[in-house]
Amino acid sequence: MNGNPIVEGFIEAINLIVTLNPQVVEITIRSLYISLTATFFASLIALPLGALIYFYEFRGKHAVISTLQTLYALPTVIVGLIVFLFLSNIGPLGFLRLLYTPGGMVVAQTILIIPLLMGLTVSALSGIDRDKRYTITALGANRLQTVVTIIAEARFAVMAGVLLGFGRAIAEVGTVMIVGGNIRGATRVLTTAIALNTSMANYSLSIALGIILLGVALGVNIALSLVQRR
Amino acid sequence: MTIIEAHNIRKSYGSLEVLHDVDLSVREGEVFALIGPSGSGKSTLLRILDLIEPPSAGELSVFGIATVEDRGRWLDLRRRMGMLFQRPIVFNASVYDNVAMGLRYRSAPGDEIDRKVKGALEAVGLSRYVGSRATDLSGGEQQRVALSRVLVTEPEILFLDEPTANLDPGSTATIEAIVTSLNREAGMTVLISTHDLMQGQRLAHRVGVMIEGTIAQTGPSREIFHEPKDRRIARFVGIQNIIPGRVVSLREGLTVVVEAGGKQILSATPPPGEEVEMVVRGEDISLHRREPGFEEAENLFPATVTAIEPTAPFVNVTVHCGCDLVALVTARRAETLGLHDGMLVWVSLQAKAVHLIPRSGAG
Repeated sequence: MNGNPIVEGFIEAINLIVTLNPQVVEITIRSLYISLTATFFASLIALPLGALIYFYEFRGKHAVISTLQTLYALPTVIVGLIVFLFLSNIGPLGFLRLLYTPGGMVVAQTILIIPLLMGLTVSALSGIDRDKRYTITALGANRLQTVVTIIAEARFAVMAGVLLGFGRAIAEVGTVMIVGGNIRGATRVLTTAIALNTSMANYSLSIALGIILLGVALGVNIALSLVQRR
Repeated sequence: MTIIEAHNIRKSYGSLEVLHDVDLSVREGEVFALIGPSGSGKSTLLRILDLIEPPSAGELSVFGIATVEDRGRWLDLRRRMGMLFQRPIVFNASVYDNVAMGLRYRSAPGDEIDRKVKGALEAVGLSRYVGSRATDLSGGEQQRVALSRVLVTEPEILFLDEPTANLDPGSTATIEAIVTSLNREAGMTVLISTHDLMQGQRLAHRVGVMIEGTIAQTGPSREIFHEPKDRRIARFVGIQNIIPGRVVSLREGLTVVVEAGGKQILSATPPPGEEVEMVVRGEDISLHRREPGFEEAENLFPATVTAIEPTAPFVNVTVHCGCDLVALVTARRAETLGLHDGMLVWVSLQAKAVHLIPRSGAG
């Protein structure tokens, strides 16, 4: 085959995926594992915090919400840099020995998407309109019952926020590159592998991993539209 | 017995004052209608009376219990009341779960919830939707779900905030019939807000007119319709004729008023001052083709037809007799009289149909 390298790369990429090339499978599984774990921990922290912000009135509430919204666009390399500094040998958390490990990458991605999940939780709960809240009160709900009813009513919007957070985590390259170090067989994930293989002109592997990443993004989108239709 | 007693209620949101100087007392077992234009504060007042939100100032007692000092009892008191809102509100859950909400909040036993929810859905004709998602139903059906959800909690006071504003005449009649029978058979106290005067008159024992954040007048609907206390109420209850005049004398127990055009009109209302306004409902003015021979009306005078405006099944006829008067006659009678512009007619008007109010400086 002596055609266009892009076309050749594409054909070989399909081949890599169809034959379940061990390197491709390993990188994909690691990527999913790290980002799903990060999304899980971020949800554990961000959903209750978001609910607290929504249900409690305090000074500076608006400032907190707009700060969160600003942090939606938190640059991934900045989070990577900060987490790197904390986890490195000279940093305060160096003793944890998490630098260049999947654990460190989970920490970095968790931090990255917490503001997004908190902010989207607040707006999901704010989406419950005033008349619905009046109705809940008028029906005789106590404070806890009110909170539970509102969260239950906003469940699909909250879930959509979680999906968006996962989408941001799996697609980002900055933190995993800096904190993970892109070590083959240890911390290499879809995005860092694509960056490396492209710069090494190893297009077929890059394209194969790119197709998989797109597939994951597509899956997230389908899930999102299913959730939003409820 | 008085079941709701409110004094000097005031409510503001930031610098926006929504309610001021609201005094209201509602008797147990009564249907009370709050009528007033949109934005006059009816919904806010109902929410305050239902203890959904606190007033900014004032005193409120419900079931004989003063509520302002004692926020700890609000939940218990609120659970003895129920409210249906203007917009149909349903939650993203099954119809069954929607109707069960209030009972679950009250920790009712499961078999009781099941029995009551199924009974209530039967009563509003929604049994076949028991397992459907409530948000998939039509607006009218959602409002029936919302009504069942309130009624299964068996409230002693039912608040209805413009419950039929968005509904078709059929659903409106259904909801009105349910409300009337609840009041008659279960003795439920009902407070309904509406901008529909006719609905207020149909349902309520007493009516309160709400204008610009306060209750301007309270009484039986007949009184509000015929003897409004001031010009704003008169305008709201749809009185066509508000004519400025001056009291000149008293004659045989009647007040003689002269309007700007010089015509003398007799009124049965004792004079509220020298400068007055005469308030006359269009349907109280009778038109005749020639001078009637036997007419009990104290006011009888000729006039000229200047405008005819059909508002089926009635016709608004403007006649000139020094001042302009608008008479409301049935379309059939207008045809019989053969009314046309420029026609000379006789106007008769009973003195007791001429209500006098003090002239408001600002108008």
